[in-house]
Amino acid sequence: MIDFLLAPWELPFMQRAFAVATITGLVCGVVGVYVVLRGLAFIGEAVSHSAFPGVTLAYAFQGNLLLGGALAGLTTSLLIALVSQNRRLKEDTVIGVFFSCAFGLGLVLASTQEGWSTDLSSFLFGQVLAVGPEDVWTAAGFGAVLVAVVLLLSRPLVAVSLDRETARAAGLPVLRLDLTLYAVVTATIVMSLEAVGNILVLSLLITPAAAARMLTERLWTMTLLASLIGGTGALAGLYVSYAYDLAAGGCIVCVLTLLFTATWCLAPRHGLPSRLRRRTRPALASEAA
Amino acid sequence: MTALLHVADVSVSLGGRPAVEGADLTLRDGELLGLLGPNGAGKTTLLRAVLGLVPLSTGTVTVDGIPPDRARHLIGYVPQRHEFAWDFPIDITGAVLSGLTRRAGFPRRPSREERAAADEAVELAGLADLRRRPVGELSGGQRQRVLVARALATRPRLLLLDEPFTGVDVPTQELLTDLFIRLAADDKALLMTTHDLAAAARTCTRVTLLNRTVVADGGPELLADPQQMLRAFGLDRAAQEAAA
Repeated sequence: MIDFLLAPWELPFMQRAFAVATITGLVCGVVGVYVVLRGLAFIGEAVSHSAFPGVTLAYAFQGNLLLGGALAGLTTSLLIALVSQNRRLKEDTVIGVFFSCAFGLGLVLASTQEGWSTDLSSFLFGQVLAVGPEDVWTAAGFGAVLVAVVLLLSRPLVAVSLDRETARAAGLPVLRLDLTLYAVVTATIVMSLEAVGNILVLSLLITPAAAARMLTERLWTMTLLASLIGGTGALAGLYVSYAYDLAAGGCIVCVLTLLFTATWCLAPRHGLPSRLRRRTRPALASEAA
Repeated sequence: MTALLHVADVSVSLGGRPAVEGADLTLRDGELLGLLGPNGAGKTTLLRAVLGLVPLSTGTVTVDGIPPDRARHLIGYVPQRHEFAWDFPIDITGAVLSGLTRRAGFPRRPSREERAAADEAVELAGLADLRRRPVGELSGGQRQRVLVARALATRPRLLLLDEPFTGVDVPTQELLTDLFIRLAADDKALLMTTHDLAAAARTCTRVTLLNRTVVADGGPELLADPQQMLRAFGLDRAAQEAAA
């Protein structure tokens, strides 16, 4: 058992993969709390897909892939924010238009590049086993900044999440806070591309926070639990992937989903057993009467 | 004594349609003014104009002689209950403290003064025993009291309340009525929208009838005058036609 647990740590590429996956899980957990509480899952999906053309362009011009992805993601989220000001169209419709467009554009751009299929698949599904030492430091630095931004802005972010109208009446810069949150979500997604790729990143962002929400009624506990679940889930997923030689990103997502299912079933007050108990109790009471 | 709140000839359009037209209103310290009118009369829009949240197409609003966007520290706002995300993981104290989030500085932790102000507001709203309870587990009346406490924590001179009595239980109605009367006695100015005539007659020192514009303004005895009420609720013409 101990050997099984220690063996992968002797391989430098696994050490780096563990580090990047755990950091990504921790950061996604923290940022994901606001994605879940604000109902931004679909925006997350849109941003992650729309990073694609940016990454392809950066690849074509041999620029920084993360920077390209971040710029494209930010552009799309700004476009969504602006176009959805038109009250005839609901926000989710606008998101649907833009993110599929961005993804299509990315495919067109990618098809102009030679040898694109390997790079495409690493972008889509992650390449955590191939990260270099500098990627670990980038993830750590980037992640620390994102967590710091969320924690520093938590009071105004909470006030706006609770009640936009009153926050605006109190003079809080609601639009700027929204844009900052979108930017943080975008950056988190882009930094997670390496671990799980474009398609699966939403799982890292949503699932740990959703599991944590099942377990608590306090924001700080939820944040802490979400980052713990994200970090350990990513680590455990990599173990599974290593032990059985399975796709790393997919294993991480499956482990996270198992953790979510467990909390959904067993959560102390909102889980399945308590709900069943509440449903049967009135019936028993009426029988007794 | 000059008025704390001055609304002069205010018109507001929503999506091209006039929601409020040429409304005039004044409110002095120590007054509890009921803003009455039918659904769609522009009550909430007028409150939002006082908060500086909607652009005015004509007229001016001043609070203590300055425009509302510079007088925010003087104003407390209690929106309708559905404006608040009750599913958010936060307890009563946290929800009340959220009202003290300031524009500048963004300190992460609430200061000791802020905690004291929140505690005091929670007690005024009769929620002292429930301070650690998650907001998702509260009844309608308790939720209304949380919103009032959140506004009171900022220690406002002018309190704007949007339908504070709608759908709340009797104990909460009584507690809030008492609280509002005490606040007015303490020289606070209160402006509350309602379509509950009985609650307005019981609570307010003055009432204004609104139907897009101000139809009548006077003491609570105004509510006993059927002619005024019919006009405010846009039924006078219907009544005349029926009589003819």
